[in-house]
Amino acid sequence: MLDKNGIAQRIAKELKNNYYVNLGIGIPTLVANYIPKGVNVVLQSENGLLGMGPFPFEGEEDADLINAGKQTITTLAGSSVFDSALSFGMIRSQKIDLTILGAMEVSENGDIANWKIPGKMVKGMGGAMDLVASAKNIIVAMQHINKAGESKLLPKCTLPLTGVNCIKKVVTELAVLDILPEGGFKLLERAPGVSVDFIKKSTLGKLFADDNVPEMILD
Amino acid sequence: MINKVVANAQEAIKDIEDGNTLMLGGFGLCGIPENSIAELVKKGVKNLTCISNNAGVDGFGIGLMLEKKQVKKMISSYVGENAEFERQLLSGELEVELIPQGTLATRCMAAGYGMPAIFTPAGVGTEVAEGKEVRNFKGKDYLMEYAFEADFAIVKAWKGDAEGNLIYKSTARNFNPVMAMAGKITIAEVEELVEVGTLDPDKIHTPGIYVHRIFQGVDYQKRIENKTVRAKK
Repeated sequence: MLDKNGIAQRIAKELKNNYYVNLGIGIPTLVANYIPKGVNVVLQSENGLLGMGPFPFEGEEDADLINAGKQTITTLAGSSVFDSALSFGMIRSQKIDLTILGAMEVSENGDIANWKIPGKMVKGMGGAMDLVASAKNIIVAMQHINKAGESKLLPKCTLPLTGVNCIKKVVTELAVLDILPEGGFKLLERAPGVSVDFIKKSTLGKLFADDNVPEMILD
Repeated sequence: MINKVVANAQEAIKDIEDGNTLMLGGFGLCGIPENSIAELVKKGVKNLTCISNNAGVDGFGIGLMLEKKQVKKMISSYVGENAEFERQLLSGELEVELIPQGTLATRCMAAGYGMPAIFTPAGVGTEVAEGKEVRNFKGKDYLMEYAFEADFAIVKAWKGDAEGNLIYKSTARNFNPVMAMAGKITIAEVEELVEVGTLDPDKIHTPGIYVHRIFQGVDYQKRIENKTVRAKK
């Protein structure tokens, strides 16, 4: 079973050279720590920055330079800054190659819910609805099961939706799965030490799994 | 030369009245019009509709206006940093319309570009789409979203001149340029009000025609919401 860093590390293997990538808040942010050697990616932050650099050193933080998670960051050689409308312009016009974001639920037809728990959590969708509606390629980083052992990979989402029929790949603490165009989760890889049976038991949505599913390789 | 300079925040917001719709620039606490917000709190105008990406935090930014119960309705994309906001929302004291961030930015842009509406795929098939016109272009559904109308847009820039030309700094730019274009009256507060002629025309982000009043701000706190640093090697 993977921890949050393990999920991030596995997703990082999906990065390809010269990709423009938008990382959501939470586990997706950790992906930046595992960018494979020799792979050059440009990180977009939807508050208006391309070429997001690492966190600043203590004492060098600039209140005017933050990412979409409101964390202090730095720029890099080749960075550019722009306004919010332009930022979502490049998202909508599919200039971003890969979007990585978190989810509370994903359904077997690629619907995603990650912004609202009615009566409980009222934070808002931020840029997530824009990102999932327009992205060429989305990978979801999420927990496969909640603390009670209940599946979050469902036949149909129960929470208010962020987007419909848009998710193609999910990486969880248990597995890497594709969502098939005709519907259903296709098990591609198991997390270290996790059995196909356990993944079957932990997936409420339709699951397609071969008998021999390889264990994922992280390095 | 047109001189748009006013003395201070008090003079800039003097005709903002109860019930007005305001746009307020900034992303989180980054690039917010601190002076104008402080003056709005002092003036005590009420029943405001505020269009702003976020609602400040407890004790700063729009959070100060929420504490004084000056806001009737917030139109935002993300409000996760404010306990008082959540309390007022759950108790029904505050009306809130949560909309996708790109939709928010582009509805401002549309106003500044003189376009009545835009089409965006954000929110198709979700509760955001309820009651909205859906149009299909080349096989994909889009929601029709109207340009915002705001009585006042209040923005913060780094440098500006008496003509109203503005330059923003780093990611404090965010929503400020698109909101500056969208107000019936646009008020800009700047860290540095410079002599006309010293800003390079090639570097202007917001042309002065969009700005009605400008003033030199004072005592910027520029609070950092989420200071994150790395260790020195």
